[in-house]
Amino acid sequence: MSSFGDKSLIPASALENPIFPRELEDEAIYIMREVAAQFERPAILFSGGKDSITLVRLAQKAFYPGKIPFPLVHVDTGHNFPETIAYRDWLVKEVGAELIVRYVQDSINQGKAQEETGKYASRNALQTVTLLDAIEEFKFDACIGGARRDEEKARAKERIFSVRDDFGQWDAKRQRPELFDMLNGRISVGENVRVFPISNWTELDVWNYIKEEGIPLPSIYFSHQRPVFERDGMLWADSEFINKDTDEIPYEATVRFRTVGDMTCTAAVLSEAVELDDIIGEILSAEISERGARMDDKRSEAAMEKRKQQGYF
Amino acid sequence: MDILRIATAGSVDDGKSTLIGRLLYETQSITRDKLEALEAASKRKGLDFLDLSLLTDGLIAEREQGITIDVAHIYFSTPTRKYIIADTPGHFEYTRNMVTGASNAKVSLILVDARHGVVEQTFRHFFISSMLRIPKVIVCVNKMDLVGYSEERFQQIKQEFQDIAAKVQFSGQEIEFVPISSLYGVNITKKSDEISWYSGVSLLETLEKFDDQVKADSSHAARFPVQYVVRPKTEEYHDYRGYAGRVASGTFSVGDEIVVLPTGQRSRISAIEKFDQSLEQAHARESVIISLETDVDVSRGNMLVKAGQEPSQLREVSAQVCWLDYQALTPGKTLLLQHGINDTKAKVLALEELINVQTMEKSENPTQLKLNEIGGIRLKMAKPIFADAYQENPANGAFILIDEFSHATVGVGFMN
Ligand SMILES: Nc1nc2c(ncn2[C@@H]2O[C@H](COP(=O)(O)OP(=O)(O)OP(=O)(O)O)[C@@H](O)[C@H]2O)c(=O)[nH]1
Ligand SMILES: [Mg+2]
Repeated sequence: MSSFGDKSLIPASALENPIFPRELEDEAIYIMREVAAQFERPAILFSGGKDSITLVRLAQKAFYPGKIPFPLVHVDTGHNFPETIAYRDWLVKEVGAELIVRYVQDSINQGKAQEETGKYASRNALQTVTLLDAIEEFKFDACIGGARRDEEKARAKERIFSVRDDFGQWDAKRQRPELFDMLNGRISVGENVRVFPISNWTELDVWNYIKEEGIPLPSIYFSHQRPVFERDGMLWADSEFINKDTDEIPYEATVRFRTVGDMTCTAAVLSEAVELDDIIGEILSAEISERGARMDDKRSEAAMEKRKQQGYF
Repeated sequence: MDILRIATAGSVDDGKSTLIGRLLYETQSITRDKLEALEAASKRKGLDFLDLSLLTDGLIAEREQGITIDVAHIYFSTPTRKYIIADTPGHFEYTRNMVTGASNAKVSLILVDARHGVVEQTFRHFFISSMLRIPKVIVCVNKMDLVGYSEERFQQIKQEFQDIAAKVQFSGQEIEFVPISSLYGVNITKKSDEISWYSGVSLLETLEKFDDQVKADSSHAARFPVQYVVRPKTEEYHDYRGYAGRVASGTFSVGDEIVVLPTGQRSRISAIEKFDQSLEQAHARESVIISLETDVDVSRGNMLVKAGQEPSQLREVSAQVCWLDYQALTPGKTLLLQHGINDTKAKVLALEELINVQTMEKSENPTQLKLNEIGGIRLKMAKPIFADAYQENPANGAFILIDEFSHATVGVGFMN
């Protein structure tokens, strides 16, 4: 058996007392299979974060002993943590999946997207341009994403099959009724569907699943030393991609990341957690929500809804 | 760990979203940053208290108008179980979103404003909850603070509700009544002095006591819709052919004799697998792969059923339908009917009756079924479906109707 889902990684505590609600896995696998059956060109949007890693595990389980019948698509902002890229390349080999990478830098070079300026400059919003181009290039009719409803109040309103128009836009007022577990993936030419198999999982469910499945993760999720600097009461990884003020002086700290997006919009937390059990303990006692560490959500009260209207995940 | 799915219901402004916000707040399910954002948003609206409805009313339009438009799914856990709450809109226009939220619920929380008592929308939502056969309804008499926590008022509303509910309550459906104030947190997670006359327990305790009957699906006839055929075609699994799907109802065991529908071929289950695990049995709601002893022809959309438990083969059905589209349903219309994962063209032969959910009166042969109306219809299908009556086996008795041109989901039906 492959080391993705390595049984030796499962802590004894998880074997003795599993708490992940397996009903959520059954539901997600059911959704994965519906995608494979209802669409001609589906893909998994893979960011390298724990949620998309969970999706890959679910896809692997849904079609085993067959291979995952969709490619993984990574929209590379060029501002990734190097550990994420290394993990991505390892993972696709391990599960034998096809990987497609498209670069935000190319969209910028083609004049389709414009780099933001100033100290909060980020390529997060620019990803949408590259994603929509990739959807058009490969004629993807369904893109599976790892968004969860517990993350954010606009996401709490999402359907499992979320129909998007030609421009990838989400129209909250025109969502299809979604009854029982019957998924209607029929679309017209040009439209596509975003699919969210782990809609009903919480952050804690994801961590418990990772623990009980023995899924290895990129090292940045665990405690490590790195140079960070403070901004707006949060810690940021020092990197060439962030425009620092002169008074933002990096220093070494022991940190980890709770959610992994771009280096420019993902804050670190001080942490000594080296085991999954430590991480779960931290989450249980955390005062700040997962997306509280995401600058992209803090831009305004409705930042997420507005990005979704533009074709974001 | 168990999951309990709940949906809110009740008329506009009765306090559904505030109640859910309150439940999250009192179970410490809100992190500090979200609480701070909530304080700021309440202040911006000029309020001097926390508007807890803003926790679930996440859309710009909802926050502007102060109403819920679409379902929000909210999560919290207690040591007993994980809760998934669908906070649904009370506004009549958005009934279809209410139906979406309620369709997966095992408990329906119907709110009533203590000042206004039972109104038309209260009853419509109760009717829908019963049509969906939600086994437990908790009527939350909210805003008790505005009626001086009066026991008399509470009893009046209880009586009012019981009187009309008796007409649609199905046997086995439980109805409980709980007085609350969502705004002040009275009787939500703990009992309060204000209602010392109330002998029951708080709303959360009522939920915690509920014994989830999901497993009941396992006692129904065994149904396995085939979603996908797994054929690895690798050297190691050269001849492997597994049928992937989720058990809709009942239980399948290795060795069971099964019938493939619609072909009628018979075989036996040789293996049940879940990833690299071999199982002896698969229960309702489990996603597995079933292999058969003999080489029969099975493809997506087929259904495996246990021999001796075959459902009837239906070319024509009569069903109760809730119409969910702005364009009304008229007789003669052709639609797509999706039953589980299977679909077929269907034609509306007749609209048999329209139900007035307030009076429970039925008018015969209506000319159309408008948005959010409920009625009996007769359908003819292009190919047969293998369904059970919704009352007998809900997991195999419902369908959705899809517009052939817009592809939108325009109706939901329940097999008679
Ligand atoms: N006095 C009092 N006011 C309440 C109570 N519960 C809710 N409210 C107020 O009633 C109004 C409507 O509350 P919501 O929670 O938005 O009502 P809703 O049922 O979710 O409304 P829709 O979702 O639009 O159908 C708000 O102004 C609340 O503050 C209560 O227990 N007492
Ligand atoms: Mg509401």
